[in-house]
Amino acid sequence: MNSPDAEFEAVIGLEIHVQLSTETKMFCGCRLSFGDPPNTHTCPICLGHPGVLPVPNRRAIEYALLIAAALGCEVAPSSIFHRKNYFYPDNPKAYQISQFDVPIASGGNLAGVRIHRAHLEEDAAKMIHVGTSGRIQGSDASLVDFNRAGTPLVEIVTEPDLTSGAQVREWGQLLRATVRQLGVSDVNMEEGSLRCDANVSIRPKGSDQLGTKTEMKNMNSFRFLERGIEAEIERQTGILRNGGQVVQETLHFDPATGELHPLRSKEEAHDYRYMPEPDLVPVAPDSGMLEAAAAALPELPEAREARYRDELGIQEGAARLMSVETAWAEFFEGMLESEPEIEPKVAANWLTGELAAELRRQDDISLGSSPVTPANLARLVGMVQAKRVSNASAKDVLVKMVSEGADPEQVVVGEGLEQISDSGELESIVDAVIEANPGPAGEVLGGNEKAIGALVGAVMKEAGGRVDGGEVNRLLRERLTAD
Amino acid sequence: MDSGGILGLTGAETAGALESGEIASDEVIGAWDRAAASDDLNSWLWLPEAREQEEATGAPVAIKDIFCTEGIPTTAGSRILEGYLPPYDSTAVAKLRAAGLPVLGKTNMDEFAMGSSNENSAFGPVLNPWDRTRVPGGSSGGSAACVAGGTALWALGTDTGGSIRQPAALCGIVGLKPTYGAISRFGMIAFASSLDQCGPLTTNVTDAAMLLSILEGRDPLDSTSTGIPGGIVPPEGEDLSGLTFGVPRSFLEKGVDPGVGDVFERSLTEIESLGGTVVEVELPHAELGISAYYILAPAEASTNLSRYDGVRYGMRVEERDLVEMYEQTRSLGFGREVKRRIMLGTYALSSGYYDAYYARAQRVRTLIARDFETAFEQVDFVVTPTSPSVAFEIGEKVGDPWTMYLNDLFTVPMSLAGIPAISIPAGLSEPAGGGPELPVGLQLAAPAYGEQKLLNASIALEKSIGFEGRTGEVGR
Amino acid sequence: MIDREQVAHVARLARLKLSEEEAGEFAVELSAILDHVDLLASVDTDGVEPTTHVVELVNVLREDVPGIELTVQQATANAPESEDGAFRVPSPQAEA
Ligand SMILES: [Mg+2]
Ligand SMILES: [Zn+2]
Repeated sequence: MNSPDAEFEAVIGLEIHVQLSTETKMFCGCRLSFGDPPNTHTCPICLGHPGVLPVPNRRAIEYALLIAAALGCEVAPSSIFHRKNYFYPDNPKAYQISQFDVPIASGGNLAGVRIHRAHLEEDAAKMIHVGTSGRIQGSDASLVDFNRAGTPLVEIVTEPDLTSGAQVREWGQLLRATVRQLGVSDVNMEEGSLRCDANVSIRPKGSDQLGTKTEMKNMNSFRFLERGIEAEIERQTGILRNGGQVVQETLHFDPATGELHPLRSKEEAHDYRYMPEPDLVPVAPDSGMLEAAAAALPELPEAREARYRDELGIQEGAARLMSVETAWAEFFEGMLESEPEIEPKVAANWLTGELAAELRRQDDISLGSSPVTPANLARLVGMVQAKRVSNASAKDVLVKMVSEGADPEQVVVGEGLEQISDSGELESIVDAVIEANPGPAGEVLGGNEKAIGALVGAVMKEAGGRVDGGEVNRLLRERLTAD
Repeated sequence: MDSGGILGLTGAETAGALESGEIASDEVIGAWDRAAASDDLNSWLWLPEAREQEEATGAPVAIKDIFCTEGIPTTAGSRILEGYLPPYDSTAVAKLRAAGLPVLGKTNMDEFAMGSSNENSAFGPVLNPWDRTRVPGGSSGGSAACVAGGTALWALGTDTGGSIRQPAALCGIVGLKPTYGAISRFGMIAFASSLDQCGPLTTNVTDAAMLLSILEGRDPLDSTSTGIPGGIVPPEGEDLSGLTFGVPRSFLEKGVDPGVGDVFERSLTEIESLGGTVVEVELPHAELGISAYYILAPAEASTNLSRYDGVRYGMRVEERDLVEMYEQTRSLGFGREVKRRIMLGTYALSSGYYDAYYARAQRVRTLIARDFETAFEQVDFVVTPTSPSVAFEIGEKVGDPWTMYLNDLFTVPMSLAGIPAISIPAGLSEPAGGGPELPVGLQLAAPAYGEQKLLNASIALEKSIGFEGRTGEVGR
Repeated sequence: MIDREQVAHVARLARLKLSEEEAGEFAVELSAILDHVDLLASVDTDGVEPTTHVVELVNVLREDVPGIELTVQQATANAPESEDGAFRVPSPQAEA
């Protein structure tokens, strides 16, 4: 890992809030929503009316168990809910129901980063600040929308095992892919269904003591988080190098300016007065619930990457992309399913190389909205592999597949792109080219190997790309070394 | 049947007369509406101005103003909820309505159920129908006074540390606190969630059983609700043979007024004359009940009452600054006792004090519950006076919180243990300072879910004590 | 014992504004109550499990099925102040 400086190293821990994609909220039957008009999904419970009581959503517990299983956590035989008390308009009861000393899951590991704990809690409402500037500071009033209030969250807390912004981004993407693979969350950072806070501190290299940490809140992409962390590491290193002291505070990183601002300056020391929630009974997952979670566990990105790399021989970059991005993995698996005889490595190259490039070239089409189906791409790869179509022609076919959603079989047959497999026909083209290019032919005969390239090009041109370059090469050599 | 005739019927009799067609729904409702309107004890915080056609299978029920009632003002006796119209019905009220028992009105109470005298209501004290210079007890003071005063047949109350049993005792009626979880708490404005329990206040044991049988049951909206296994049937009992009653003598030494003590001893004699056996039991930790309670209940209350912040409902003091708005709203909206308990509870939960106060009180609570378990290995019931004294004078104890808190000395341990307990009128006694005789309550407690046994024993005692008739005379 | 400074701190946590007089009275009253409560320290509670509530249930859960929601009008009907279907509150900016 790249450290900030030869003298210092960064110590980073993450707190990730994952909004679960249940149908209804954590403790009431209101629907989850995003972008709906304010307060269109509320009830007395999520508005914190007098007299209401919470009842936990079974599916939220099941999703939490799935996350626990995916992260290799230990599930508490009996975990309890606590009240976390603080006043804020987005917190309708003035306490958040969360878990405190006995979280549902603890201890775990994802790609070498230890998971400290994962616990269930409810989300807060959304506040819009109105007034002159639109920012909190200097605004006159805030409008509170309780649609989000009570959305089930799993908060995942890592040990401080990360050491750089880049590592945080990479690991964060892996975590996001893992949770997405479980199907328990949309994990969309821009919409806030995945939110990541980072605790950053610096210490002399080799020290086992932790320095004073600052907290970076809620960045809406891992790229920004990476940049924010790098900026913060630099800032803290600068302070320490000048003999200063880091002050514990919460920071906001502005990606537009690259600057760090303290978020709340006059915040009083928190005293959340945690107490066991008397309105709820413990969650004690029975063997049925635990077995169901284990059985529902899909192949996870970390394992998938290893399998692609080690068993299918796929290059590391492609294996990583197809593991972290669920859509790519699904596309890839779909290709292998529809054409089982194609070479996985070749299929992966066509997908993450050729198709990805063509999609990018044609208006940055996303894989999800691309008209190319896994079956169609697999068929194209199959034709290349069977030498029915040349690599070069196949690339032309792919362009049409992306732009028109064309069927590869139809394009190949319709445009006569099928490779010339009749060796008599190819041989006559080769002979004609040798005859038409006595210069290069003579050079090859004279021992200049390089001169063969011009002849290969000429044959390909003559054949309209419908030939295999290797085969042409072989034939030319045969002719030009013949006595 | 004329209005007076209807008002003279018990709940069971009213149901019978309605079923046989002897009287009509609107006659019953009308008679009780007029009776409620005639109240001069400040029992009511809300009575309907007009009533839509409602079908009744029994007399309408007085509802403590701590139960949310859809579209009907609900204040919990606090200014902070002034103007609040709940968008939903509490489960208890919904069950009563579904059973054909309409809401008669909402009754006065100590603010957020914090009090033993009803002097902590933001809407003025309630007067005791036996002596209007005295308190009716609390916190369900309005519910007790209207039933004893004859402006309601029966009422719903809540009991956190004695808030049904103590006012029932001071007003000479029956009050039952069921097992924790027997009745749903959904829609019942929370004071101390782990202790709060809803229950009936009635003129007689049969009516208490009738309301309980309607109210009890597991509610999917309350995770902590269980109902009563086997349900409740009309109580029957002529004698107490084969039953053992335990008296925690050393606990009672902690302070019972002599007059109350005399009535209590007569009750024990009554029990024996009905064939029951009276023995002594030990409840070694019961005397710590008040101390544990005055940590646990305020701690829970401090977080339960944090939602009254001027944002979504209720009162708000307009301020430009948010924190200022919170502080002004809550300081003006809450009364003195509520603020005192919020302070106490916040302190007990605050960093550095949690273990010394809250966690320790929770452990003492465990010890108290164990005391009862041990006692119930030897006896069927534990009996005590409900309250150490008869109704005291308005203003008499307001200056000294701890003295006021001691009113609940004998009722709090059962609340901490979560077990059912009933107060039935046991007789009359002169107040310590002299004056006309006032009611004394006898408390019987049973193991969890022992309500039916409790009601059967109570009805046998009720018949032999013969207090029932006298209750009806008060205020009518 | 609880002194005036602690009273002020606790009042702040509880979002209560106390007058000088009230703060002084609360210090006295709360101290008196805590003196009685200190009786709790006289019992041995080592190894005794704390009771959060007396109901011995676990896994009381609801199915993930939508229930009845309020309309925006119902939701904001009790609001001291609302605007465009949202609850309006003073800005949470730090105190001046
Ligand atoms: Mg959290
Ligand atoms: Zn809701």
